[in-house]
Amino acid sequence: MIALEGLTKRYGEKVAVNNLTFEVRPGIVTGFLGPNGAGKSTTMRMILGLDHPTSGAVRIEGRRYAELRDPLRTIGALLDANANHGGRSAYHHLLCLAQSNGLPERRVREVLDVVGLSAVARKKAKGFSMGMGQRLGIAAALLGDPRILMFDEPVNGLDPEGIHWIRTLMQRLAAEGRTVFVSSHLMSEMALTAEHLVVIGQGRLLADLSMADFIQRNSRAYVRVRTPERERFLDVLRSAGLTAMETGGTLELDGVAAEQVGELAARHGLVLHELSPQQASLEEAFMRLTAESVEYHAHSDTPPAGERAPWGADWKKG
Amino acid sequence: MAVAQVLRSEWTKIRSVSSTVWTLSVALVVTVALGVLISWLTRREWGEMPARDRLTFDPTFISFAGMSLGQLAMIVFGVLVVSTEYSTGMIRTSLAAVPQRGVFYASKIAVATVPAFVVSLVTAFASFLLGQAVLGPHRAALGDEGVLRAVVGGALYMTLIAVFSMGVAAMLRSPMLALGVLMPFFFLLSPILGAVSATKKVGRYLPDQAGSRIMQVVTVGDDVPYGPWGGLGIMALWCAAALAGGYLLLKRRDA
Repeated sequence: MIALEGLTKRYGEKVAVNNLTFEVRPGIVTGFLGPNGAGKSTTMRMILGLDHPTSGAVRIEGRRYAELRDPLRTIGALLDANANHGGRSAYHHLLCLAQSNGLPERRVREVLDVVGLSAVARKKAKGFSMGMGQRLGIAAALLGDPRILMFDEPVNGLDPEGIHWIRTLMQRLAAEGRTVFVSSHLMSEMALTAEHLVVIGQGRLLADLSMADFIQRNSRAYVRVRTPERERFLDVLRSAGLTAMETGGTLELDGVAAEQVGELAARHGLVLHELSPQQASLEEAFMRLTAESVEYHAHSDTPPAGERAPWGADWKKG
Repeated sequence: MAVAQVLRSEWTKIRSVSSTVWTLSVALVVTVALGVLISWLTRREWGEMPARDRLTFDPTFISFAGMSLGQLAMIVFGVLVVSTEYSTGMIRTSLAAVPQRGVFYASKIAVATVPAFVVSLVTAFASFLLGQAVLGPHRAALGDEGVLRAVVGGALYMTLIAVFSMGVAAMLRSPMLALGVLMPFFFLLSPILGAVSATKKVGRYLPDQAGSRIMQVVTVGDDVPYGPWGGLGIMALWCAAALAGGYLLLKRRDA
């Protein structure tokens, strides 16, 4: 269990993390989602006691990080795949961490095996690929067999096989009853791994809910229509009390079933080139969520929610 | 957090990177080789030396002449031990494993000081013994008054150079910045301040000038206001200040 209470980090004028309060519970994978620069990494560094909060506090199993005896036995973290000395071998990197927390040398060989780096254990870390570096970081996180695991953007730089491996690993760790807290800026990634979601934007908490709730609340269902008789179709819709949103060459209809639209078109002898029920992607839902926060709290010149701003355009303004 | 665990961990860190071996080897080889060369040149030029210089000739000190250059490798050692934690990003991994920053810092400094002292001791004795062998008839013996103190003192001097560098590196974090400050300081600024008469009195209190007093056996006719141990004490105060500064910044800063 990780508990944040009013956690805040200011850098001069800029508020990187703004009054975050939430809990990360054991037994499930909790996704920590936010656009780049939302404050995810800063929050994680504060959880590990690396950065000092301006105000607020973090409790790891009820205690402050600095009060943990041999912290690697309680919480293991992957912050940055390159957080190791390139001139040191994978084995010695893990060995020095193990020794600092009174862990036996046997654990070093075990975790090297788990992450599949045994064959290159004696090689210097600077020769490692991004994916191998990521695996070394994960080995370090697993070293103390901790109850809590935290991964910052773990799939970055991994190949498809590596991504699959890490998803499976996280789910297995959660199934073992551990607390797994993993950050990402990709909703699609979280949708595959996380059972619970914490979403932040510009350092503020935007959502703290289960993945199922998020999908239910945020996925927009609509019907897409393409027709050569656009004007007449719009008239028919209007008389039926329906409205359509135009996007490019297609029309999108909210709050109506595809069957209804088809029957309506048939009654008026309209030609349709496409009629398909659509589900807005979670990625879009996530974008809308974060874009709203940006617009509502900080900028009045951002396009309204739902409008097709380029992916990520709103974030860059932060 | 058991301190013994952290000491072991830091020892593993220091012995598992190649920079430890090459910086300390260079310090040893350069200091000894240059000391022997200068001792040999001194012996060759003996006949042309003014009588006054011959009377105040300090064979012990001359055999340590290589230290002015060899200490630069010691500086590199001290800087790398501390600052590679930052330049590589290892510091975050290290502090997540050992959140008690005081314990982490003290262990790192203590563990790095041990090999620095051992190498310094070997360097000092090798410089002295080989230098004296080359000096031939003008040599000093280890049993002469003040000589053993100067040789052991030379080892302490080199060790403190490394310790001072560790403190400065902890404050500056970047290896390039730390080396960029320390190298010119010891190789250019301090010798210049010590050579110009207007700044000589201030220059005396710089860590290397004060500390190197302990390697001198013959001190006839100089007006330095402190003795060998006093000088080393001044250098130790510099080290304490640098270490304290490094500690305060480490404690306060975000990693």
